[in-house]
Amino acid sequence: MAKEITWTRNAAGRMVPSAINGKPVIPYQGVGKYAPTGHKHGPPIPSCRDYPPDGDKRVASLKEALVKAGLRDGMTLSTHHHFRNGDYLANMIFDIAHELGVKDLRWFPSASFPCHEHLIPYLEDGTIHHIEGSMNGPLGRFASEGKMKGTGVLRSHGGRYQAVQDGEVHIDIAVIGAACADPFGNANGLYGPSATGLLGFALADSQYADKVIVVTDNMVPFPCVPWQIQGNYVDYTVEVDKLGDPEKIISGTTRITRSPDRLYLAELTARFCEVTGIIHEGFSFQTGAGGTSLAVGEYFREIMKEKGIKARFARGGSNKYLVSMLEEGLVEYILDGQTFDLEGVRSMAENPNHVWTSPFTSYNYHGKGNFAGMVDVVILGATEVDVQFNANVVTHSDGYLLHGIGGWQNCLFSKTVILPIPLFRDRIPVVVDEVTTLCGPGELIDVIVTERGIAINPRRKDLIEKVKGSDLPVKSIEQLKEEAEKICGKPRKAAFTDKVIAAIKWVDGTVIDVVRQVRKDEG
Amino acid sequence: MKDTDKLISSVGNEGGKVRSDCRITLEIKDSGGLVVDLTSKVKSMYGDRMEALTREVLSFFGIPHAHVRIVDSGSLDLVLAARLEAAVKMIRPDETREYLPPLLQENRYPSRRDAFRFSRLYLPGNTPALMLNAGIHKPDGIILDLEDSVAPDKKEEARYLVRNALRQVNFYGAERMVRINPLPAGLGDLAVVIPHNVHMILVPKAEDPADLRLIDETNRKILKEHDREQEVFLMPIIETALGVERAYDLATAVPSVVAMAIGLEDLTADLGVARTAEGTESFYARTRLVNACKAAGIQPIDSVFSDVSDMEGLEANALRSRALGFEGMGCIHPRQIRVIRKAFSPTPEEIEKASRIMEAFREAREKGLGVVALGSKMIDPPVVKRAERIMRLAEETGSLPGKE
Repeated sequence: MAKEITWTRNAAGRMVPSAINGKPVIPYQGVGKYAPTGHKHGPPIPSCRDYPPDGDKRVASLKEALVKAGLRDGMTLSTHHHFRNGDYLANMIFDIAHELGVKDLRWFPSASFPCHEHLIPYLEDGTIHHIEGSMNGPLGRFASEGKMKGTGVLRSHGGRYQAVQDGEVHIDIAVIGAACADPFGNANGLYGPSATGLLGFALADSQYADKVIVVTDNMVPFPCVPWQIQGNYVDYTVEVDKLGDPEKIISGTTRITRSPDRLYLAELTARFCEVTGIIHEGFSFQTGAGGTSLAVGEYFREIMKEKGIKARFARGGSNKYLVSMLEEGLVEYILDGQTFDLEGVRSMAENPNHVWTSPFTSYNYHGKGNFAGMVDVVILGATEVDVQFNANVVTHSDGYLLHGIGGWQNCLFSKTVILPIPLFRDRIPVVVDEVTTLCGPGELIDVIVTERGIAINPRRKDLIEKVKGSDLPVKSIEQLKEEAEKICGKPRKAAFTDKVIAAIKWVDGTVIDVVRQVRKDEG
Repeated sequence: MKDTDKLISSVGNEGGKVRSDCRITLEIKDSGGLVVDLTSKVKSMYGDRMEALTREVLSFFGIPHAHVRIVDSGSLDLVLAARLEAAVKMIRPDETREYLPPLLQENRYPSRRDAFRFSRLYLPGNTPALMLNAGIHKPDGIILDLEDSVAPDKKEEARYLVRNALRQVNFYGAERMVRINPLPAGLGDLAVVIPHNVHMILVPKAEDPADLRLIDETNRKILKEHDREQEVFLMPIIETALGVERAYDLATAVPSVVAMAIGLEDLTADLGVARTAEGTESFYARTRLVNACKAAGIQPIDSVFSDVSDMEGLEANALRSRALGFEGMGCIHPRQIRVIRKAFSPTPEEIEKASRIMEAFREAREKGLGVVALGSKMIDPPVVKRAERIMRLAEETGSLPGKE
């Protein structure tokens, strides 16, 4: 099976291997170049005769559900990050697997969080072979030090849907944590102590996994409506005391940054959108949940109010600020991928114009189109951007893998992509010669806004034209890089060993780059 | 802080919220060479460079044997060098040599006696993280503060940090000010900072015109020693009842006094009254100061507004302040800059009126008329003067119509 690994230079100029974890992979071929063939993956055909006629699929415990689902060595288990850093479920699953002595599992989360540091002993003792999903914080550090048995695979939210649909990842058991569910398996994220708004990240898993378990801490009698997850896909339902720590699942309130430097970045970003006419009647936008992104939204609000402009839709991560724009009529629809605060959850439950989406509608490469490309402007972050406008979101300049991709790669397909980033952070330049890890090709990244100037991708002649005569501080990306180096000094590149610790997938499933083990300084 | 045998010193900052800084513990030894023990998040990127700089600085001061422990949180070279120098000088107080990083070309610009000073941003003198991006918020001036924002045991190390910041941090055209400590400590501050293109010295708790003369003399002497042709302006800050009573004498103490500020926290304490938002308790002091400044032909500058989250209160305060005759305020947070700038900038109505007056004035002069009239109204020379000032203000603040 595992043939000799060969290395090729992919279309982005990065050296990538022919196989990851013993399975062949395809090198990145360029944006929109890879044409998939064949048919979508299909799960086994079930029959309703095998399920309780009264619809009650409850089993006594998560352990019983996992055993009934046939948990055994080498399986792929999927979980979802709706509970974010307050998640108990993934930790419970692998506690059970460890107790049962099951080995070499592949964990396929839609994202991991620092709370999953709990799983490091299971990565050490072989319960978990490797992770295919984001590795935030401690897990990323663990992987970066070369300690994970297998190789990590990082995908975007859309890429995860793609990998499930085309069979690149075959999920044996999907465990879906839901804030509200009924015994049949209908589930949503709207109601209960662990409310998260929606369950979009679990949608593909419910449809394509061999076995599906729904776990809730808020079991209601049939019907649980709306059924964001349909019980007809579900094998077992389980009631537990608590799915997570509500304080950490969702913040009671999201807060706009108070850092004057970040507010300045946000304001400059919004002014850029004003000057270039990106903010126009009926436009659409997406900003993230980071403090700077939230602030960009607030400056959008000021400009829209002043000019009497309304947005047709905004893509969430929703939060109280976006919700208030919806309720004030500045935004007609929120198409929401995840809710970041309780106001977002409330609005989604109450307001028909606050619509939940999934990576299928928004990001999927195997869809007959998706929403990402319809968005006029998206505001994203990055750990590094280089003079080719290539960007990195997963590793830091010291080489450590510390973040996931999330929807970031998918959002690059928006009509205008703007990255407001500081020129340097605590001496670490953010605008660099060449990104440590390539996550997004420069041809999709249009504008870099830093506190010391705005760089527009030379491909965007239209934008360059539109800012002419304005007082916006436009510079070339090379100028910005030089300024960063003048202030910080030229950094030494991160040093790596030859060992690949993770592959970075592009939205189509090809390998755009790999991350290697960090070489530790002696002493 | 000096150890008993005076061979160990510890300077700088470390811990939770500290950024862009480092803490250094230096122990000078008799033998064993230089041992550098560096802990840093950016070690893999800058560790070599930081160690090389450490060796360079210590060798500059003739220290071949020492143990240096550096706990770093992303300090730039200018910060590390300042900390090292401070560590050396804590152990060797008589050391007079200075390790100077280059004075950047972009930090060599001059200021002007009559520069506008609407907003001047205070930067604590021992907190490098707040200095690095200060200029991007475009204050009229930045104040590197060696006085109240620096703890007593940090005064010495702050001097070197401020000096290196003056040489290496680009403040993007802001007037470069330093607030020194009250005399006599303030004279020691001057010796360290003055040669590095300081435009203005803020003198706290000013009460005695003789102090201002001494500071002015000291500045001239230092500049002469460094072959620098430059005038360093003074801005006394009045913070006591006695200072208020001597306002005019202070304003006219030396020609280099170009502006005078009031510090209401200390003043209200000295008066034994509570400071209120309306400021009734300081009304006399403020109008007295304005009057003294106008009589002396210098700029009266108002106190800071200390609630950084209350932008509406700040705006109201700034508008009141302008109405009293003040020509600027201090800022303790970058977000205050724009509000203050706007409040002190001329309104469109004022600009309109001023431009009509100037037009009438030019016409009258062309026609050789001694009297200027606008419509049926006679325009007096002071009105023209005020209009002239508003037009200059409008131009410099970019408030002229058609700009932006």
